[in-house]
Amino acid sequence: MDKIDREILERVADLHKVPTGSFNIRKNGESVARNSTKDIEIVPKKNKSGIDIIVKDGVKNKSVHIPVILTLGDFHDLVYNDFYIGKDCDVTIIAGCGIHNKTCKDSQHDGVHSFHIGKNSKVKYVEKHYGTGEGSGKKILNPITKIYMKEGSCMNFESIQIGGVSSTIRKTYAKIYDHCLLNIKENILTTDNQYAKTYFKVELLGENSKCDVVSHSVAEGQSYQEFVSDMIGKNKSFGHVECDGILMDEGRIVSIPKIDAISKDASLVHEAAIGKIAGDQLIKLMSLGLSQEMAEQTIIKGFLYN
Amino acid sequence: MLEIKNLNYAVIENGAKKNILNDINLTFKDNKIYVITGHNGSGKSTLLKIIMGIAQKTDGQILFNGQDISNISINERAELGISYAFQQPVTFKGLKVKDLLDIATSEKHNLSAMCDILSKVGLCAKDYIDRALDDKLSGGELKRIELAVTLARKGKLNMFDEPEAGIDLWSFENLTALFENLKGATNIIVSHQKRILEIADEIILMSDGKVVLQGNREKVLPKLSINACGRLREVNNG
Ligand SMILES: Nc1ncnc2c1ncn2[C@@H]1O[C@H](COP(=O)(O)OP(=O)(O)OP(=O)(O)O)[C@@H](O)[C@H]1O
Ligand SMILES: [Mg+2]
Repeated sequence: MDKIDREILERVADLHKVPTGSFNIRKNGESVARNSTKDIEIVPKKNKSGIDIIVKDGVKNKSVHIPVILTLGDFHDLVYNDFYIGKDCDVTIIAGCGIHNKTCKDSQHDGVHSFHIGKNSKVKYVEKHYGTGEGSGKKILNPITKIYMKEGSCMNFESIQIGGVSSTIRKTYAKIYDHCLLNIKENILTTDNQYAKTYFKVELLGENSKCDVVSHSVAEGQSYQEFVSDMIGKNKSFGHVECDGILMDEGRIVSIPKIDAISKDASLVHEAAIGKIAGDQLIKLMSLGLSQEMAEQTIIKGFLYN
Repeated sequence: MLEIKNLNYAVIENGAKKNILNDINLTFKDNKIYVITGHNGSGKSTLLKIIMGIAQKTDGQILFNGQDISNISINERAELGISYAFQQPVTFKGLKVKDLLDIATSEKHNLSAMCDILSKVGLCAKDYIDRALDDKLSGGELKRIELAVTLARKGKLNMFDEPEAGIDLWSFENLTALFENLKGATNIIVSHQKRILEIADEIILMSDGKVVLQGNREKVLPKLSINACGRLREVNNG
């Protein structure tokens, strides 16, 4: 592993060394390091590229890291990772992908992740995306996340794009059942001519199922973002979608919400606010001694990463 | 010392000029508490905003310790020691109470330092420093935090815009004590409350963008009519 690999691992998975516990590190389409434990087993798929991550019933306070590194241009990586989480678990999954592309040809990673979360289990899933490398080749990340939640389970999903990704289309599909709670937090930064589209489809199928989607995004330069959400309440349920965007320079963010309460007992809320940094926020920080530039950075950093 | 000379502020509204402040002349000396009072819309907040640099005067002079500050930025004025607690505290998506305190003093505080600052305004640091500065905080909590952040700057010129608004009466005594302890700096408080007026060294009454009455408390207070709730009601121009 070289310096670039280590930097990517730090950025996308907060890894400073080889993790303890279960992990799988994928580089340029191949698994370069893997460890299973008795609680969390990682099994390579036979018929296609990817792994099954199997968490036994009752496993608590354990984590699994599955970062991906891509350092080749003219390379399209497609991977299928399936998570099978038993019942009564409490686990943290750190995924994420960093692309370093210094060539003039595109480099792309498409991760298709599916989560089967057992009864009364709690999962924290963090997926961070990041691109570097000065080449003119694009850094493209198109993740697909499918979530199936059984009764009483809870998932906290953080989807973060910290910069440098030329183009991304991020799709998330969730079906959630009785007494489940799904929290999705999305933070996206685009700059220059980057493009980002996110799409959420959440079906609240169970009684007292609950979903909260909060998206904070910043579009700088001439970048363009689209936020599309589709939330369907088919039972007595609660759904909330919030899309907040800050525009800098010539950046643009388009928000297209759809909420559909098929059940009369579903309560669905959508909020969206897109615009420049609020003037009063800038003024407040400047009155505390920050220059305008510092104040802007502070507001954006807090908005994206707090 | 802050001197305001022949200050005017006008805006263009629907194509017509609207005067908001008219020929204001005021001197704020060191180590004193000045309370500005007057009807809603009389121009009190606008005056403070112009002093802070948030609004730009149309003409006139603002001298802070002899230096004309009318053309320097908000943060440069902050660096000179001018600080301003807003009438409407600002909320942020993504900043916590402790972040704002750190920014205000440009240092990282530990819990005990935060405790010192927040306990002054009656808040327990443990309960608040990790709270987001958003509208999940109550109006009174936001006002107290605004006050704490402003005090933390240890300014040479402190301006408080209706600091008592939303703060329960029980805490009033502490609030007035807080201001009395700020001697050593120049303090300007905008307020409608009798108990705040009572701690003033000088009172300034504004009406329609003008200063209509000013002088030491003993002289001015009896001329103000205050209703049963302790709020300023009307002027007795006697
Ligand atoms: N930028 C502006 N454009 C138009 N009108 C303004 C502007 N700024 C202030 N005003 C008007 O000037 C008047 C004074 O406002 P200001 O906020 O200073 O009043 P105030 O004395 O602080 O009132 P309150 O006691 O309600 O806080 C108000 O009528 C207000 O609408
Ligand atoms: Mg006011």
